[in-house]
Amino acid sequence: MLEDKDRIFKNLYNDFGVDATSSKNRGDWLDTKVLISKGREWIINEIKSSELRGRGGAGFPTGLKWSFAPKEVGSRPHYLVINADESEPGTCKDRDILRFEPHKLIEGCLIAAYAVQAHVCYIYIRGEYFNEGQILQEALNQAYKNKLIGKNSCDSGWDLDIFIHYGAGAYICGEETALLESLEGNKGQPRLKPPFPALVGLYGCPTIVNNVETIAVVPTILRKGSKWFTSIGKPKNTGTKIFCISGNVNHPCNVEEEMGISLKDLIETHAGGVIGGWDNLQAVIPGGSSMPLLPKNICETIKMDFDSLVENKSGLGTAGIVVINKDQDIIKCMARIARFYKHESCGQCTPCREGSGWMWRMLERMAKGEASREEVDMLMDVTKQIEGHTICAFGEGSAWPVQGLLRHFKKELIKRNNFNPLIKKNKNVPYLIDQHLLEEDNVKS
Amino acid sequence: MSLKKISKNQPDNFEFNEENKILSKKIISNYPTGRQKSAVMALLYIAQRQNNNWIPLSAMKYIANFLNISYIKVYEVATFYSMYNLAPVGKYFIQVCTTTPCMIRGAYNLVEACREKISKEEKKISSTSDCSWMEVECLGACVNAPMVQINEDYYEDLSKEKMIKILDKINKDEKIYPGSYRGRKNSEPENGRKTLIKT
Repeated sequence: MLEDKDRIFKNLYNDFGVDATSSKNRGDWLDTKVLISKGREWIINEIKSSELRGRGGAGFPTGLKWSFAPKEVGSRPHYLVINADESEPGTCKDRDILRFEPHKLIEGCLIAAYAVQAHVCYIYIRGEYFNEGQILQEALNQAYKNKLIGKNSCDSGWDLDIFIHYGAGAYICGEETALLESLEGNKGQPRLKPPFPALVGLYGCPTIVNNVETIAVVPTILRKGSKWFTSIGKPKNTGTKIFCISGNVNHPCNVEEEMGISLKDLIETHAGGVIGGWDNLQAVIPGGSSMPLLPKNICETIKMDFDSLVENKSGLGTAGIVVINKDQDIIKCMARIARFYKHESCGQCTPCREGSGWMWRMLERMAKGEASREEVDMLMDVTKQIEGHTICAFGEGSAWPVQGLLRHFKKELIKRNNFNPLIKKNKNVPYLIDQHLLEEDNVKS
Repeated sequence: MSLKKISKNQPDNFEFNEENKILSKKIISNYPTGRQKSAVMALLYIAQRQNNNWIPLSAMKYIANFLNISYIKVYEVATFYSMYNLAPVGKYFIQVCTTTPCMIRGAYNLVEACREKISKEEKKISSTSDCSWMEVECLGACVNAPMVQINEDYYEDLSKEKMIKILDKINKDEKIYPGSYRGRKNSEPENGRKTLIKT
């Protein structure tokens, strides 16, 4: 288990208060000027050698992302955008950073903005986090007052303005290009990549988009050194991470732990174990709802880091762990996730807009046992039609959880949906199975 | 993308009050010159707050003029995002999170409580008090599930009984307190934490 002295977010449960003074007591803003005076190259190289990977879901190396920003500022200014549009079901880590460690985020913004040569930073907060946004605004006001940001921030010679932009309840705006569209005052519909935002982003200018947690850990990494950061966790999966453990556990909680900790350890030590005991475990969604679930036998040994989870055909995502025990109907749980994706699809690409609804309707029927045997395979076909055929990764996000269900719980699906309504009828009806099921004649014959 | 019904009863005129005019101009100045369109989301919020928590069409037209952009650009933003109410909601607007992490901890019991105490249907203002409810997708407080959002505050770690108590208080217009309803501190584990132990 990680020692308390190695934890970055010391105020995760708000034991100490959030104001500038108490943040300074915890080590924020102490030598920001010194860190900045070491120069851009040093900052980016230090982050590169710390092997910090983005905490927002995709796990892209942060140092590398920063190095994509043009070296010289041309006619177009650079922007830094912080993605605080946390809406992945199972994830609530950024909320605690925003409300309890805002100064870590603001200091990180200053350092990151300096590294990518941005004078303006926007923090895009989901609209539901209104109170959290107010706390952050108060922290920003204090930072301006103490000259930590603004003109000549921290006496470093760098000017930085930070503004908060509220979202309005669209999950898709967590996708970086949709977020930029939303920031420009449009519907949040993702853009095609390339060009990547690092070159053509907000208002057509070079823009670096990072997750809240990624930026908030930057000052600590620079202070304690990249060696310290790489000494925690595993190679290529370094450092600490806030895990959100929710669902059927005795004591759901947020906890900062090292990367590569075993899932069983996390659940048993920190979250008080599965309700009904470990043997009552049915499945775990390891990284927010868009990552495929893992059945109990994999959960016994799995380590929580990017690469181990990818090996098991899942992903760390945002590290929102949803524990599902045997008292729950796993098909119903997944049907509800499918409904989430149906509701949140932005409607731009047909496979996702239509497919997410298909998956939801099929799963709802499968939960009730009203689907025919062939439909189980057809469901897999639908997910394959969505995956990889959309502009953004939302398509994968909606298809993967259903694929995970089919991969590990196909027996359960088939057991419940094992009739063939078209057995004596003309079999030449490849589509519109839904309507046929509704016709009494077909069902009874 | 959510389906939203636009209210049939629309006021003819809408205008920001003086305070909100100043606030709007301040928000527009957060964005580069010529990019005033970025402020449309914030201005819609301001309009919503000024107009009893819902946005009439006249407000959209007013904002379009205010920002010097076309009406349809405002309309498409207002209809795309789920947090803009295009029809009246109650003074207490209760949003129950029912996505999987909340669902498996009993969110539908809270929905039941709402049906019993407010109205049978979603988005329908209660006949006895100024209050309406709806199911929403993940509100991002999963370790405190099940939870609801009432206006701007989160009410966490609920159960059906606790929800009914809250709704009773709302119906009597009494003060209610946000936060955890199992007495825990924020998102810490309840039974003795193993980390960040004070020395």
